Amino acid sequence: MKRMAKFFLVALVSVAAITFVSCGKKEAETIKIGVAGPHSGDLASYGIPTIKAAELVAEEVNAKGGIDGRMIELVIEDDVCKPEVAANTAAKLVGDGVVAVIGHICSGATKSAMGTYLDSELLAISPSATNPPLTQSGDYPNFFRTIAPDDAQAAVEVAFAYAQGYKKIAVLHDKGDYGKGFAEFCKAILEADKKAEIVLYEGITPGAVDYTAIINKIASSGADAVIFGGYHPEASKLITQMKKKDMNIAFLSDDGVKDDTFIKVAGEYAEGVYATGPIDTSSNPLAIKAVKAHQDKYGEDPGAFFINAYAAMLALVNAIDVANSTEYADLTNALRSNYVDTPLGKISFDEKGDAIGVGFAVYQVQNGQYVELK
Amino acid sequence: MFNLKELRKSFLTSLWFMFLTFPIMVIKVNTITDTVEWRWRNLAFVGVSAFILSFVWRWALDRRAKGGKAKKDGIGFKATVLAKTNQYKLPGLIGIGLLVAILPFFASMYTTSVLTTALMYVILGLGLNVVVGLGGLLHLGYAAFYAVGAYTYALLHYHFGISFWVALPLGALFSAVLGLLIGFPVLRLRGDYLAIVTLAFGEITRLVLENWNDFSFGPSGIANIARPGIAGIKMKLPQATIFIYFIAIAMVILTIFLVNRLENSRVGRAWEAMREDEIASQAMGIDLTKTKLLAFSIGAVWAGFVGVLFAAKTTFINPASFTVWESIVVLCVVVIGGMGSIPGVVVGALVFTLLPELLRSVSEYRMLVFGITLVIMMIFRPGGLIQKTRKSYKFKKEGDGE
Amino acid sequence: MKLDFFFQLLMSGLTRGSIYALIALGYTMVYGIVKLINFAHGEIYMIGAFTALIVSGVLSMYGMNPVFIFLIAITAAIIYSAAYGVTLEKIAYAPLRKAPRLSALISAIGMSMFLQNYVLLAQTSDFLPFPELLPEFGFLDPVKFIISTNQFLILVTTTVVMVLLTFFIKFSRTGKAMRATSQDRDMAQLVGININKVISITFVIGSALAAIGGVLISSHIGQINFYIGFIAGIKAFVAAVLGGIGSIPGAVLGSFVLGITESFGTGYISSDYEDAFAFVILIVILIFKPSGLLGRKVSEKV
Repeated sequence: MKRMAKFFLVALVSVAAITFVSCGKKEAETIKIGVAGPHSGDLASYGIPTIKAAELVAEEVNAKGGIDGRMIELVIEDDVCKPEVAANTAAKLVGDGVVAVIGHICSGATKSAMGTYLDSELLAISPSATNPPLTQSGDYPNFFRTIAPDDAQAAVEVAFAYAQGYKKIAVLHDKGDYGKGFAEFCKAILEADKKAEIVLYEGITPGAVDYTAIINKIASSGADAVIFGGYHPEASKLITQMKKKDMNIAFLSDDGVKDDTFIKVAGEYAEGVYATGPIDTSSNPLAIKAVKAHQDKYGEDPGAFFINAYAAMLALVNAIDVANSTEYADLTNALRSNYVDTPLGKISFDEKGDAIGVGFAVYQVQNGQYVELK
Repeated sequence: MFNLKELRKSFLTSLWFMFLTFPIMVIKVNTITDTVEWRWRNLAFVGVSAFILSFVWRWALDRRAKGGKAKKDGIGFKATVLAKTNQYKLPGLIGIGLLVAILPFFASMYTTSVLTTALMYVILGLGLNVVVGLGGLLHLGYAAFYAVGAYTYALLHYHFGISFWVALPLGALFSAVLGLLIGFPVLRLRGDYLAIVTLAFGEITRLVLENWNDFSFGPSGIANIARPGIAGIKMKLPQATIFIYFIAIAMVILTIFLVNRLENSRVGRAWEAMREDEIASQAMGIDLTKTKLLAFSIGAVWAGFVGVLFAAKTTFINPASFTVWESIVVLCVVVIGGMGSIPGVVVGALVFTLLPELLRSVSEYRMLVFGITLVIMMIFRPGGLIQKTRKSYKFKKEGDGE
Repeated sequence: MKLDFFFQLLMSGLTRGSIYALIALGYTMVYGIVKLINFAHGEIYMIGAFTALIVSGVLSMYGMNPVFIFLIAITAAIIYSAAYGVTLEKIAYAPLRKAPRLSALISAIGMSMFLQNYVLLAQTSDFLPFPELLPEFGFLDPVKFIISTNQFLILVTTTVVMVLLTFFIKFSRTGKAMRATSQDRDMAQLVGININKVISITFVIGSALAAIGGVLISSHIGQINFYIGFIAGIKAFVAAVLGGIGSIPGAVLGSFVLGITESFGTGYISSDYEDAFAFVILIVILIFKPSGLLGRKVSEKV
């Protein structure tokens, strides 16, 4: 049993180490803002751009002397997009004394973390968690987001399908949190409207070695359009094999596919694919400035959700400035009652926490580029 | 040691590794932008480290080959011996008890939260240890039972508002029932066939949770699961975290006590006999069907308990938390710690959950380091950190020692 | 139309089956010789695919004939996969030959984690498009809606490889040594078979087959990332067990049963439960034949 004692000594030392690390910085003057999301593992590419956005905004604010003389300090924590890790991450951020959090990235991890923040009276602004109940259920009054929810996106997608005159639609998804959620909303809207028939509703298996079975099934279902909920790797596999089989079925997808990587991977087969995505704001002067700042600092174009994260950070900084406080009630109030200029346009937040002034548009791949359809 | 032959060996090893890692370490092709990056520095790095490491490697293997004598100097052996000496047992236990009791009041909420996760793995490890360590049944679908526990609480809470304390035994019960259901068809299977079938059952459970939206809400999961409370008092988060920590502690103590009793019971001895030789144990009058089913369902009970606790702790669950990978992690906990040995499994679980947290500073390399640690650990301590000491009985000749 | 659909599904099933078979053979051969589940075998397949991607990426910058590039890439993939396989065995398995079997399994899991993250760190976490090197075969145009060029190639290559492997195992000296070793390792050693050499050769062949599978499937699916090995590896392992692990014809049969079940399940029922079909057929078969379709029934001496 002394071995046990010895072990616990080691454990105690490590615990102490963790504690000291987290309590080490005690300069009371800074305003701590948490940044949480997947920063390692296979989903890291969705989380890292948010860190960069937060860093760029923080640097700019600090260079101008901070918010009323108080500097911003970022506390960056990884949640690898797993709910069970996100709960620990949230506890860590609360323990570190942050005033608000930019994040999380994945809806599941966000839900798991929000309870912790709510109890500790912290608010979070996510640049990317699109699951509708986060705002609509009313369970998380401390949640805000700078991206439109999935059901809004599904409504845009289905309306577009009607406008194109599609009568038979196959709805597919990747069985994931995001993809299946999106597909469910499309299905619900289609079933309620009865303007088009759902001829197939199925999930495909990511990572399967062959997709021809499901593709043949689409072909034999007689669909004239496919709506796919999921991310671009699966979408490009599907579209490539469909086109190779000379299937002439329209392919509609979501924001997870409205990514330039999709066009590069699928190449010529991507031509003509429709995808919904946030309304194009690349001509917005703030967006141009943010992208330019990113290119100057990191030497490459920003990644996924960068603009949304940039907007989230700006909104938060503005709220702290206007409210002249870092208290939960003051901040939420300020977020809801003030419009702020962001790369996404002039935005504010409604009672539920969704951003006002953020919406979706439909894009089509034309000559190797996504073009917004008006 | 540093004679010419050794140098030549290391040189060749280093060349071999330079050849081996050449395409993946040196060339980075981006087929999207059609650019190639040549990273020759990596080659030099691989060459030099392979040269040095090959010396270390041969020295370590050599030392291992010199046999038991050398190994007995190891910390692991000392630990194994110390674990058996009664002299330190009481003060040690009291020390640990005090430490455990006061820890959450000093440590941050994050630390408490991480420790609770570690404790949950201790229970999972001990539960799987019953099946794998004692019963010798290789089980790769343990996450399914864990999922049953978590979903029991989440769904019952969602539909009927059932509290944590009611869900706890129910989760364990459902989990045990699933254990029996899985146990029946696999009675005839052995070894690796058993492993793959349990893996299949685990995956089917997850696939059902993922696809049957009307029942389980699919991949979007269930949110807002209540944290445990007493008599309807709603605790603030820091108190709730500490409370869950103490529930976990209580469950660990209970588990250790029960598993320890089980191990020395009639059933426990039957499990061990079955692990050693199924046919011989059957010949000795052990009812294999009953014994196996008991192992499966008793192992499942703990997974059910932890599942409920897991749902209560994270307040949100979805099927992504219950993959094959989760089952493999629990198996690793058992084997790393030392199969069949209770203190071993406890240490294994703590190492397995705390190490990645401590490795956060080397974040992107941590899984790499972790993987190689597993390999090294198995090569140099194949029996686990704290090996189980076999029970031995001494027959005293009459008149001996008088 | 109904019949077309049937044949399309059949082809899809055969394609899947071929790929599973190429990977499953590695599992089953290694298992036959050293009684070890080589958990990192899927990673070898992934490394083969990556090597081919890298080689063809570099070569295509020099404007070489795509068919040549394909041949060079597949050769490189075979060589490297085999080299990784042998090294893997020497580092992670050889020191554990006398250790408990579970320790070797954990060591294999550790190696699998290591190799995945090694590729992730040295290359990228993103999906990379696999270059299209082979032209569409003109003679397949009339039946294009049933079988694509890549599917055709996969089926032909797999058949050729299987035939060659069968001859090798049946008639060559090494093949006989391998069979002897898998039957009784000690006895084989007594009659002068170099066990270490046999084990190395087994890893070489198994890894080379996986590499062929990796390259073929990557050009069929069109993109790869560091994680493809894990999923394909589990499926192939299921196939090997289904057929009776340790048995070479068993692995092939098991793979085709699995592939066809999956594709018919997807086609006629729903792809929601695509993986579940694979697992259900596994359980059903093992309930009735506890040592797989063609597995040796081990009678134990008491």
